[in-house]
Amino acid sequence: MGLDFTVVPPFAGALLTGALWTIAITVSGAVLSFFGGIVFAVIALYAPLVVRLPFRLFAWLFMGTPLLLQLFLIYFGLIQIGVDLPAFVAGVIGLGLHFAVYNSDIIQAGIRAVDIGQYEGARTLGLSRLQTLRKVVVPQAIRSVVPPIGNNMIALLKDSALVSVIGVAELTLSSQMAISRTFRPFEFYVAAAACYYVINLGLEAGLRRIERRIQIAR
Amino acid sequence: MIRVFPFFLEAAWVTIQLAVLSGAMGLACGALGAAARLSRSPALRFAGAAYVSVIRGTPALIQVFILYFGGPQVGIQLDAFEAGVLALGFNIGAYMTETMRGAIISVDRGQTEAARTLGLSRFETFRSVTLPQALRLMIRPLGVNINALIKGTALVAAISVVELTYTAQRYIGSTYKPFEMFLLAGVLYMAIIYVTGLGVNWLDRRAALR
Amino acid sequence: MTDRPIIDIRHAAKSYGTLEVLKDISLQVKKGQIVAIIGPSGSGKSTLLRAINDLDPLTSGEVWLEDAQVNKKLPTRQYEAHINSVRQNIGMVFQHFNLFPHLNVRDNITLAPKMLKGISKAEADQLAVEQLNKVGLLDRIDYYPSQLSGGQKQRVAIARALAMKPKVMLFDEATSALDPELVEEVNLVMKQLAEEHMTMIIVTHEMGFAQDVCDRVLFMDQGVVVEEGPPEVIFKTPANERTKNFLRKHLKGQN
Repeated sequence: MGLDFTVVPPFAGALLTGALWTIAITVSGAVLSFFGGIVFAVIALYAPLVVRLPFRLFAWLFMGTPLLLQLFLIYFGLIQIGVDLPAFVAGVIGLGLHFAVYNSDIIQAGIRAVDIGQYEGARTLGLSRLQTLRKVVVPQAIRSVVPPIGNNMIALLKDSALVSVIGVAELTLSSQMAISRTFRPFEFYVAAAACYYVINLGLEAGLRRIERRIQIAR
Repeated sequence: MIRVFPFFLEAAWVTIQLAVLSGAMGLACGALGAAARLSRSPALRFAGAAYVSVIRGTPALIQVFILYFGGPQVGIQLDAFEAGVLALGFNIGAYMTETMRGAIISVDRGQTEAARTLGLSRFETFRSVTLPQALRLMIRPLGVNINALIKGTALVAAISVVELTYTAQRYIGSTYKPFEMFLLAGVLYMAIIYVTGLGVNWLDRRAALR
Repeated sequence: MTDRPIIDIRHAAKSYGTLEVLKDISLQVKKGQIVAIIGPSGSGKSTLLRAINDLDPLTSGEVWLEDAQVNKKLPTRQYEAHINSVRQNIGMVFQHFNLFPHLNVRDNITLAPKMLKGISKAEADQLAVEQLNKVGLLDRIDYYPSQLSGGQKQRVAIARALAMKPKVMLFDEATSALDPELVEEVNLVMKQLAEEHMTMIIVTHEMGFAQDVCDRVLFMDQGVVVEEGPPEVIFKTPANERTKNFLRKHLKGQN
């Protein structure tokens, strides 16, 4: 059986819809992972021990286990205890939390790298700890951590394919549905790969622009 | 929990095999890829860059699917385990290519210049001056790649390889103890990662002694 | 004008383990006074200055700002609220400027007033314009700190502190990190403040400046105030041998 890529165009609409869902889940997951990462970093650095310790355990578990396993827990596991999340929501939470833990590590390092003089400058003006953190330290930390967090977002885009396994009709699952009609896995998976590649190029270009903008603003 | 433990152990052994085999293949792909990217031939450089770009620009899951489900269309018949090992190895190889290339180019240029002025050839310089230093530099970042690979082996659960995540998923969905099942699999993953980490540390220390 | 001091330091002492960096120092600064603290590095002069707004807390002793004790012992949460309101009245200028690199000049100046005084954006911007006018940098209002010279950064830092309308200004070696040709522009701004009768406590290495501008000079060494008095006395006819030695070394370098 030879290859015949002419089977793909009739499904272009379905693949495009899938691609849009991939983008939607990537963006939602990325936003959650970014703000989650900030919150986790602040917890890890400043929260009292009773909060910090359970959080450490959670972070350790999430960093040491595969994302797919986490998705299974969130989607199939929570149903067992009566929490029935829609697949899309479970997917966003899984991707978001998973990468929030990684982002938290990066942001913690960024916060630690902010010069002590910055704290002193803000505190002598009368800003409180929280105000100093919010207005002076975190904004600076964010700037220094944009490139590595950008890499995590690129990883998140690719890992979003995993949510097809819990039934989110994104790009991977859309191509599988086309395959079940045409029995042409090679052509459709290659087409899906091409779509991911293009989305990835777009994301990389976007991240580069953000990085440049931040370079200017300092 | 005790009843399912043997199944998890068996599955963990499959995960270890997947990681070891695809890790070895990844190292080979990485070495070839790095050599290609640093070669003097533009065609090889392009091939190396394309390999890295395409593999890192697309999801590993899709790569696994192309090989396993699409392979038969182009005459490649593999069982799920074989397809998993090859796809994972080829995938992590692209990341290792960049790790190795990064380590090699971060060896000080002065080292190369010094060796060349002593009369060593380009190849001799690379083998006896650059590479030994680069190897040391790449141990830790390669360890990070291996760590990602171990967790990455989970996605062959999607082609029904009965490894740790596949097994855990079956019990997460069928017992009323999803968190226990998750923890059990998690602890096994972390044990594998921990032991690997010890190995990387040992290698790193040994390399640092010289 | 009453005789009550604005800043009243009573028996300040500080030690790190067995190392005593401040030993029983008392100092009163009245409204409008300009006090210079000089002395070799490690003499404790910066530590004393930083104790005034409790940046480096004392081991014992008290610091008062008018009728409020700055370093009052309070439970953490109450202390936080207390110290933040005290610090709003004490401006501080650092050796390394500590401008916020992610904010432009305007926002560096208006951040604290906007957050702490609840003034509108328009009022805050007006405040920034006023303060920048004062330090002669109005044309740099949209610049980022990285686009400024060291002298300009320090002038912005002064404007930032002044925008809080402090009762007293602390200068911690404000010109020590500057290239020599940039020192004068910062000194000029400080002189101008002196003419406006701003209360200032200045830790400095610049003997010439201390002599010209200050009402009182304290010479510190090894955690104690060795000698203090009006500049003409301290610089021309110092009584203490340590003061003489220190001045001999430093005045030679300058003149």
